[in-house]
Amino acid sequence: MNARLVSEFRSIVGDAGLVSGPEQLRTYECDGLTLFRVVPELVLLPATAQEVQAIVKLCHRERIPFVARGSGTGLSGGALPVKGGIVIGVSRMNRILEVDVPNARVVVEPGVTNSAITAAVSPHGYFYAPDPSSQVVCTVAGNVAENSGGAHCFKYGVTTTYILGLEVVVSDGSLLRLGGASLDQPGYDLVGPFVGSEGTFGIVTKITLRVIKKPETTQTLMAAFNSSSEAGAAVSAIIAAGMFPAALEIMDRLALEAAEAAVHPNYPNCQSLLLVELDGSTREVELLMEKVGPICQSCGAWELRLAKSEAERMAVWKGRKAAFAAVGRISPNYLVQDGVIPRTALPRVLGEIDRRSAEKGLRVANVFHAGDGNLHPLVLYDRRIAGQEERAMELAEDILRLCVEAGGSITGEHGIGEEKKQFMPVMFSAADLDAMQRLRSAFDPYDLCNPTKMFPGTDAKLQRPVAYEPHPIEIAGLAQRY
Amino acid sequence: MSQALVQNNEAWIELSAVVGPEHLRPATPEDAVEAVQPTGVIAPGTAQEVAQVLRYCNSAGLTIIPRGGGTQLGLGNRPSRADFILSLERLNRVIEHAWGDMTVTVEAGCTIDKLQGVLREHGQQLAADPMQPERATVGGVLATAESGTLRIRYGAIRDLVLGVEMALPDGSVIKAGGKVVKNVAGYDLTKLAIGSLGTLGVITRAVFRLHPVPVATASYVATLPTASEASKLVLAILDSHLVYTGLQIHARRADQIFVHVRFEGIPESLQDQYVKLVRIAGEHKFVECAGDVWTARQKLFVNPGSAVICKCCVLPSQIGSLCHALFQQAAPAEVAVTLVAQGTGLAEVRLDAAGQQLLMTVLRALRSEVDRLEGTMTVSQCPVAMKDELDVWGTLKDALPLMQRIKQKFDPGQTLNPGRFVGGI
Ligand SMILES: Cc1cc2nc3c(=O)[nH]c(=O)nc-3n(C[C@H](O)[C@H](O)[C@H](O)COP(=O)(O)OP(=O)(O)OC[C@H]3O[C@@H](n4cnc5c(N)ncnc54)[C@H](O)[C@@H]3O)c2cc1C
Repeated sequence: MNARLVSEFRSIVGDAGLVSGPEQLRTYECDGLTLFRVVPELVLLPATAQEVQAIVKLCHRERIPFVARGSGTGLSGGALPVKGGIVIGVSRMNRILEVDVPNARVVVEPGVTNSAITAAVSPHGYFYAPDPSSQVVCTVAGNVAENSGGAHCFKYGVTTTYILGLEVVVSDGSLLRLGGASLDQPGYDLVGPFVGSEGTFGIVTKITLRVIKKPETTQTLMAAFNSSSEAGAAVSAIIAAGMFPAALEIMDRLALEAAEAAVHPNYPNCQSLLLVELDGSTREVELLMEKVGPICQSCGAWELRLAKSEAERMAVWKGRKAAFAAVGRISPNYLVQDGVIPRTALPRVLGEIDRRSAEKGLRVANVFHAGDGNLHPLVLYDRRIAGQEERAMELAEDILRLCVEAGGSITGEHGIGEEKKQFMPVMFSAADLDAMQRLRSAFDPYDLCNPTKMFPGTDAKLQRPVAYEPHPIEIAGLAQRY
Repeated sequence: MSQALVQNNEAWIELSAVVGPEHLRPATPEDAVEAVQPTGVIAPGTAQEVAQVLRYCNSAGLTIIPRGGGTQLGLGNRPSRADFILSLERLNRVIEHAWGDMTVTVEAGCTIDKLQGVLREHGQQLAADPMQPERATVGGVLATAESGTLRIRYGAIRDLVLGVEMALPDGSVIKAGGKVVKNVAGYDLTKLAIGSLGTLGVITRAVFRLHPVPVATASYVATLPTASEASKLVLAILDSHLVYTGLQIHARRADQIFVHVRFEGIPESLQDQYVKLVRIAGEHKFVECAGDVWTARQKLFVNPGSAVICKCCVLPSQIGSLCHALFQQAAPAEVAVTLVAQGTGLAEVRLDAAGQQLLMTVLRALRSEVDRLEGTMTVSQCPVAMKDELDVWGTLKDALPLMQRIKQKFDPGQTLNPGRFVGGI
C-alpha cells in the first residue's frame, strides 16, 4: 500500500490503531481455520464508530476491500482478508455501554466478549443464553456475524433470537441503526438477515441484546448405552413425552476416551453416553427428571447417574466440552465437520458414517447436540501415512452430502466463509443463491465488504474440507471446542 | 371488466391459461382493499403457478395484492394500485408433520386452526396464538409478523420459522432456510420475508419448529388501582423465576387495571407456580380466571367501525407510563380507550370517539408520547379516509434508503402491494 494512503489511515486511528509491520501483520493472516492464510496490507484497530466510518469511507473512495475481525476464532475462514485488502479489528471497541436490568437489555460495543455479558448481568440473576465454547475469547460481533450457537440452543435458540438492534457501518461509510431496544420496529427486519451474514453486509459498531433470567433449578443426568442409536432413540422418546430439555448431548466411545484422557470426568464406561439437562421451576424439574430415567432405561440405558451437586454438574460439562479438543490426544490429525440433520435421521446417518469410515479404514469420533441434530463428526487420521489425509477429506465431504440428503444443512454453527462456499450449490439452487446475492448487493453494491466469501466462485471446482490445526487460544487453554 | 383489463384483455387470457379459467374471476366490491377496487381474483394451485402469475404481471405492468384469510388487509397504507388479488386459498395443505423432529411443512394458505388441528394429533403445537386463527393463514401471519400472547415464552413468529419457500416477481421460486432447527448456511432470508407485508415476494410454504401441547394450563387475574402499580407488578414477575407463558395488562379505565398471568405445565408445578405468584404479588390478589382473557387483543378488532387501533412498541418498564399518558390524553377528549399490553412491551390500543378529528388529536398525542419513550407506533386499523392524513407506519430511521434498495432488487417493477409499506414501498 502506498505511503500516502497509509498516512491517511494513520491520521484516522493514530499510531495505536495501526498495524503495518510485516511480522505483526501475520498475526492477522488467518482465523481459527489455519489452513487458509492471506497477509493483509494493513490492519486498523479503530476505537470508535466514527473512526470505523472514516476508514470505510476511505476504503470506498479507493476501492480497497476490507474485512472485520473480532477475536479471530471463527472456524470457516470468515475473517480471512483478500489479497490487497485490509483488516478492521474491533477488539479496542470493548465497552459495555448499558445494562438495563428491568428490561433485560444490554448495549455493547462489538469487541466485548460473549462471557463478559453474562458476567455483567450475573449478579442480577440473568445470563446471556447463546454459549459457544469459545465464549471467553470470541466477540459478540463475531457471534452476530456467524449466528453462533452453543450448548443450550435446543431450548434457548441461537444468537439471532437475542439480538434486538444493531448499529452498523455499510460499505459507503454511512452509519445505520437497524432494529432497536423495543420490539417490532416498522419496516423490513434487517437485523434478522444481518445476523449470520458473516461480515459481508457491513461492520457492526454497537449491539443491543436481550439477556434472560437464570432458571430456578438445573439438573443433569448421565445415561450409559451400548450404542448411539439407542441413545438417539432415548432422545426421541424424551421429546415425544412432551419434555423440552435445556440440553441433549451424545458422545460416542472415541469421544469419551478422549474426554477421559483429557479431564477425567469419570463418565460411565460405555459405548455411548447421553446427557440430559432439565431446567426451570424446581418442582417441575424434579418431577420430570423422575420420568427421564425410566424412559432412558426402556431404550437400553444400563446405568443412570444424576449429578448431585453443582460441582459435579460442572465436571460433567467440562468433560463434554473438552471432548472436541481432546480428540487431539487420540489422533495426530483430524477434520471437524458441523453438519445438521433432522433428529430422526440420526440412527440412519450414524450407521452410514460408520459404514463409510470402515470402508475408508478411518475412525470417526462423534460428539453431537442430539436435540437439534447438529453433528460434530471428527474424522481422525495420520498425515504421515500416505493417502490418509486424502481419504479423510473424501469422508468429510461425504458426510456433508449425507447431511444434505437427509434434509439437513452443511453447517449448524461454524458458517460457510471460505471453507464451505463450494458446497453451497449442494444445498441451494441457483435462484436461491441469486436471491441472497440481491440482498448482499443492496448492502454492499461495490463488493468491498468481506468479498469472495460464502458464495462459490464462478470457475472454482469443488474444494475439499481442510484439516484442523489447534488454534493458538486452544493451545493456551483458553477455550475448548464444542 | 375495468378499463385497464379491457385494454389489456390479453392479460385475462394469459392468466387463465396459467391457473385454469375456473380459478380466475372478476373481483367484486367485497374484494376491495382499503377502498381500492381490483379487477380480478386469481387463485393459483402451486408455487410454480404463483411465480408464473407474478412474472406475467411484472412484465405486463400489472399489480398484485396477495391475500390469505383477508384478516389483516387493513394493515398498511392504501395501495397505490391493485389489479389482481392473488388468493392463496388453494395452497392450503399441511405437507409434512415430522412429529419425531418436531417440525411441520405447510402451505401458505393453510389456516392456523387447521394446522394446529393436525399437529394436536401428535400432542404438538405451533407455539403462537395469532388473532382469528380460524381465518388467518400461515402466509398472512408471516407476512405481517403477527405474534400473540405466547410470544413472551416461545419467541416471536420469526423465532419459530425454520424456512420458507417464496415466489418472486421475476418468476423464480426460491427457498430460504431449511427443515432443521439449526442452520447457518447462507443468509437468513426467512427473516427478511417475515413482516415484509408481501412486498418482496409471495410466501408459498413454511417450515416451523414445534412445541409439545402443555398438559395443563391455568390463568390468573389481579385488579390494580393504578397503571404504575400494575407496571410494578409486571416488572416484578418479569424479574422472578416464574415460568409464565403469558403476561398481560388489560385496561379500559385509568383506575382499574387488570394483570393476567398464564402458567402451563404439569398440574403439580402449576400449583407451585401459583403459590410463588401470590408471594410476589403481595397485597394484590390473584384469582384464577377463564382462558379467554388471552383473546383480549383479538377483541379489540371486533366491529372496528370508525375506531382506530394502533400498536405501540415500548420497553416493558414503559408500559405504565404509556398507559397513564393514554388515559390522561383521552379523558378530556371523550375518547374511549382500551389497552392490551404484553409483558414484552408490545401494547395494542383501541380508540373510539364520535369524530375523526378527536381521534386524530389523541393519536398525535400518543405518537409524541411514544416518540418521547423512543418507541414506535403503527396504526393497524383505521377508517380509510384517515389514511390520507397519516402514514400508518410513522417516520422511519436512517435505514429507509436501504429498505428501498432491497425492494428495488426484489421487485423493481413495483408489482407487489405497491405503496402499502414503509416509505412508499
Ligand atoms: C476453540 C473454539 C471453540 C468454538 N466453539 C464454538 C461453538 O461452540 N459454537 C459456535 O457457534 N462457534 C464456535 N466456535 C467458532 C467461533 O468461536 C465463533 O464463530 C465466534 O462467533 C467467532 O467470533 P470472533 O470474535 O472470534 O470472530 P472472528 O473469527 O474474528 O470473525 C468471524 C466473522 O465475523 C466477522 N466479524 C467480526 N467482527 C465483525 C464486526 N464488527 N462486524 C461485522 N462482522 C464482523 C468477520 O468478518 C468474520 O466473518 C469455536 C471456535 C474455537 C476456536
